[in-house]
Amino acid sequence: MLCQICGKNPSTVHFTEIHDNKMSEIHVCERCAEEKGLHQSAKKHKFDIADLLAGMVDGMTTTEEERVGHVQCPRCGLLYSGFKETGRLGCAECYAAFQFQLRPLLRRIHGDTRHRGKVPTRDGEGATRSRQIQRLHDELQRAVEREEFERAAGIRDEIQRLEKEQASHPAEKKR
Amino acid sequence: MTRQAKPRPPANFDELIAEPSPWLSGEGPHAHMVLSTRIRLARNLQSVPFTHRARDEQLQGVLLSVSSAAQRSEAFRDALMLRMNEMGGLERQILVERHLVSHELGDGARPRGIIIAAGERLSLMINEEDHLRLQAMTPGFQLAEAWGNADAADDELDQALDFAFSDEIGYLTSCPTNAGTGLRASVLIHLPALVLLEEIQKVLKSIMQVGLNVRGLYGEHSEVMGNLFQISNQTTLGRAERDSIESLERVTRQIIETEERARERMMRDARVQIEDKVWRAYGTLRYCRSIHSREVINLCSAVRLGVALGLPGLCPPHVLNQLLILTQPAHLQRFYGSDLTPAERNVYRAQLVRERLDAADRESGPTP
Ligand SMILES: [Zn+2]
Ligand SMILES: [Zn+2]
Repeated sequence: MLCQICGKNPSTVHFTEIHDNKMSEIHVCERCAEEKGLHQSAKKHKFDIADLLAGMVDGMTTTEEERVGHVQCPRCGLLYSGFKETGRLGCAECYAAFQFQLRPLLRRIHGDTRHRGKVPTRDGEGATRSRQIQRLHDELQRAVEREEFERAAGIRDEIQRLEKEQASHPAEKKR
Repeated sequence: MTRQAKPRPPANFDELIAEPSPWLSGEGPHAHMVLSTRIRLARNLQSVPFTHRARDEQLQGVLLSVSSAAQRSEAFRDALMLRMNEMGGLERQILVERHLVSHELGDGARPRGIIIAAGERLSLMINEEDHLRLQAMTPGFQLAEAWGNADAADDELDQALDFAFSDEIGYLTSCPTNAGTGLRASVLIHLPALVLLEEIQKVLKSIMQVGLNVRGLYGEHSEVMGNLFQISNQTTLGRAERDSIESLERVTRQIIETEERARERMMRDARVQIEDKVWRAYGTLRYCRSIHSREVINLCSAVRLGVALGLPGLCPPHVLNQLLILTQPAHLQRFYGSDLTPAERNVYRAQLVRERLDAADRESGPTP
């Protein structure tokens, strides 16, 4: 998702251009949008997340890049190199199969890698519990870093209690 | 214009397009500036590959299970279901022009469909980039209401369908830019004074700095068209839906305030010039004999500003909103026959604009 004007910065401004009653989309970076006063009729290039992904492998050697490209989703068969070409994942399982590649990408796109929104209603209780456990783990780590050992012990007990609860609901392990 | 007291879903395509989209009614909070509010949620079925990687039989299955889940829901009770591959190209294009269907869904080549609830306030695209694209529309600035409608419909669909979801990443989508909440909340806002006073760049920049996205409608020679901007959330991971929506709400309120002040200044310093611009635009629309769609968009913007400034004798805002849709190519061809040359389209477009304004004029009584 690089800027279509400078080709360097990620695009954050998107325009719809109408030309002879045909609509097309333009993606440019903040600086170019400002410099051109948003009046620049940018050339129409096909927008591709592949550009953004290409940036991810900077610094990798060719063999490393090839190896990453050969990671494959066991369920739909998509290769990571295929994802890089299209910017589209193949199935829900791809997120697990490419998790090590996706995590830095998601961080780049969203500035975060952890969901904090709504949860499917059907696994409400279980999902809430496992997110609570995750949050407590984060808290535990911070407590240890600050050498707040008494607090850390309390948090650890709470985690153990929740994990025991989770174990008694085996269905929660599913996802 | 007559409005139905109790909205009932359209029975077929012809009934659907006989009435203009209700979310163009020009009503709702801040409707003098915010044309419409939209909430979109992206969802996928756990058991089927994402649309672009699924076989047609699998997509056929998605179409069936999603539409049966929708039919059993309160949100989509008696809703109209249309299958893209059973429709002609012109009909599909009309749905695109009405903002019911995306360009991607509009190509009609694969098993795709759309379900449209009463009043077009809620719709569900099936087998777009994601298996489900739930969309809630409202007139004016009503983020909370649109979110409420989308959220409730999503809960209902979730009861019947197994959505692809992970505790860590949230709702899993075909493109990682939508993963997490799958939410895109947006407002379509009219900012003529900020454009005219050349303050728009500063404002757009500040919007981008707080992590929101802005799109403008740009014309051939790169001039801003219609002074219309769409502001939406940029990211979907790491924030709850309500947080994303609240920050869009907060920023939009600030922009409304800034535009309001710009309008006051403009009227204080150049009232005659502004009124002249508004009335010349209205006059052109009212009496033109051939007009390009770009010109309609720009002139409607000037008239819209005049209406918002309270100048008497102009047409009501819903007429302007509807003109933006009705003067597009597929709609024109539907009304005046296909195979129109661009020149012929301009003539019919002018006729349609004149008729609509004339009707609005007669409805509102004599001009002062
Ligand atoms: Zn740039
Ligand atoms: Zn896969």
